[in-house]
Amino acid sequence: MKKFKEKLSGRIFFALALSSISALALITVFIIYKGAQTFIDVGFFKFIFGMSWSPGRDEFGIFPMIIGTVTVTLGAAAIGVPIGICCSIFLAEFAPSALQNIFRPAIQLLAGIPSVVYGFWGLLFVVPLIRNYLGGPGLSILAGAIILAIMILPTIITISEVSLISLPRHYKDGSLALGLTQWQTICSVQLPAAKSGIVAAVILGLGRAMGETMAVIMVLGNAVALPDSILAPVRTFTTNIGIEMGYASGEHQQALFATGIVLFVIIMMLNSLAQYITRRKAK
Amino acid sequence: MNVLYLKKAIIISLLILSICLLPSCRGAEDRVIAAGSTSVQPYAEILAEEFALAYPDTEIDIQGGGSAAGITAAQSGTAEIGMSSRALKDDEKGLWVVEIAKDGLAVIINPANAVSDLTLEQIRDIYTNDIVNWGEVDGSDAKIHIIAREEGSGTRSAFEDLVMGKDRLITPKAIIQGSNGTIRQLVAGDPNAIGFISLGLVDGTVKALRLGGVEASKENVISGSYKLFRPFLFLAEREPEGPAKQFIDFALSEEGQRILSNEGLIPE
Repeated sequence: MKKFKEKLSGRIFFALALSSISALALITVFIIYKGAQTFIDVGFFKFIFGMSWSPGRDEFGIFPMIIGTVTVTLGAAAIGVPIGICCSIFLAEFAPSALQNIFRPAIQLLAGIPSVVYGFWGLLFVVPLIRNYLGGPGLSILAGAIILAIMILPTIITISEVSLISLPRHYKDGSLALGLTQWQTICSVQLPAAKSGIVAAVILGLGRAMGETMAVIMVLGNAVALPDSILAPVRTFTTNIGIEMGYASGEHQQALFATGIVLFVIIMMLNSLAQYITRRKAK
Repeated sequence: MNVLYLKKAIIISLLILSICLLPSCRGAEDRVIAAGSTSVQPYAEILAEEFALAYPDTEIDIQGGGSAAGITAAQSGTAEIGMSSRALKDDEKGLWVVEIAKDGLAVIINPANAVSDLTLEQIRDIYTNDIVNWGEVDGSDAKIHIIAREEGSGTRSAFEDLVMGKDRLITPKAIIQGSNGTIRQLVAGDPNAIGFISLGLVDGTVKALRLGGVEASKENVISGSYKLFRPFLFLAEREPEGPAKQFIDFALSEEGQRILSNEGLIPE
């Protein structure tokens, strides 16, 4: 009887675990089913490299959005990665436990703020700041990059910190025993040793930035044109779907799903890369 | 012991699940779905609230989705009433249509902007990006920040019909926002912005441009001197009956028209 119960509970957990995997399968199949037609109708290269997005006239080119997504994500990385890594070094090596107890929950809280609140804050605070001091309409790559940089901080900090803390203790001890200062130890021993974890953290952060929708819809300006500076408005894949979904039907809707496929593939590649890097280290 | 807990947990979660899945039980009251234009939506909601006082047994469910979706919903019959904030195109004729009101379209700028009067051609050239600086239209020397609505929006498509004409397109460099409210908010905050919104939604935070000397006002739309206006339409697959007809009749009644007029629309 006991054995039966053990078996049964195993089965139930298996079924529940399966349901999460099957959700992934369902979503994948659905967006490919809905969007693949666009690649055939419009043509793969015309869709990816087309310069004009005008569903009313059956023009579906997403190249300006690719540029938009890449610039905003890189901008977020340029601001968020140095801050995130420095913060994780501080938490892992320098912070007294009293400070750690303030920092860690605060960073977790940062991850818990809903993205629409980030967007609203960006629209009312960051955007006017950029408009008044740097010029342009304010709704811009820079505004999106700043908001996203803050949003990816928790991901980068938490994962980098874990990879720093989990280094074998004797790495640090040995280095200090050889007469290196703490700063030299961090730069030449600990950071290189934790490199793969930190790189994975950055890649996951980038994936998070790329997939974010609500916050950036509010601050990016959503113009479908190649930006001429970081103060110009752009549109990303996610905002394209978010802003036009409600009104889209027929071919237009297919094209939005096709945009989703492109984003899905890029994020899958980023996540696989992050997994590959962490696995390689584990071996 | 653990297994017991597990069993309990599973039973409880199943119970919760089944409660969630229970179809929401409603009484035998009549239910009418009106879906479509997000521009018409707020006015339809006000009408529905007033209607509910007079006809408590009928529930009017107002949904958004945009004019295009409203027209499709009426064609397919998924909504008893479709709402559109633009005139029907030729291939959409054949539906049953009634105009409940007209709405002026205001081109708005920041109150700090020195410009207050533009011609239709100038507005068109601004939106095609041929005029890029306020200095070219007697304003201060500053780059114009163009703000427009997204593809599929009835307000955008009315603006395209009324201002842009057949061949000219809104520049892809235009900032795109998803609602009248956000456009108004952005224009209120940016001295160099230009946008277009429903005339009824213009308030003190923004300035509605005069069009070739004609002020954007309800009176001028009624007299025909202000040319930027569009119909707010209720559509149906065929002539509606029962509760849907009651609601449409209410919208067209003296009281309904008075409500719409008070909210800033131009009654029939």
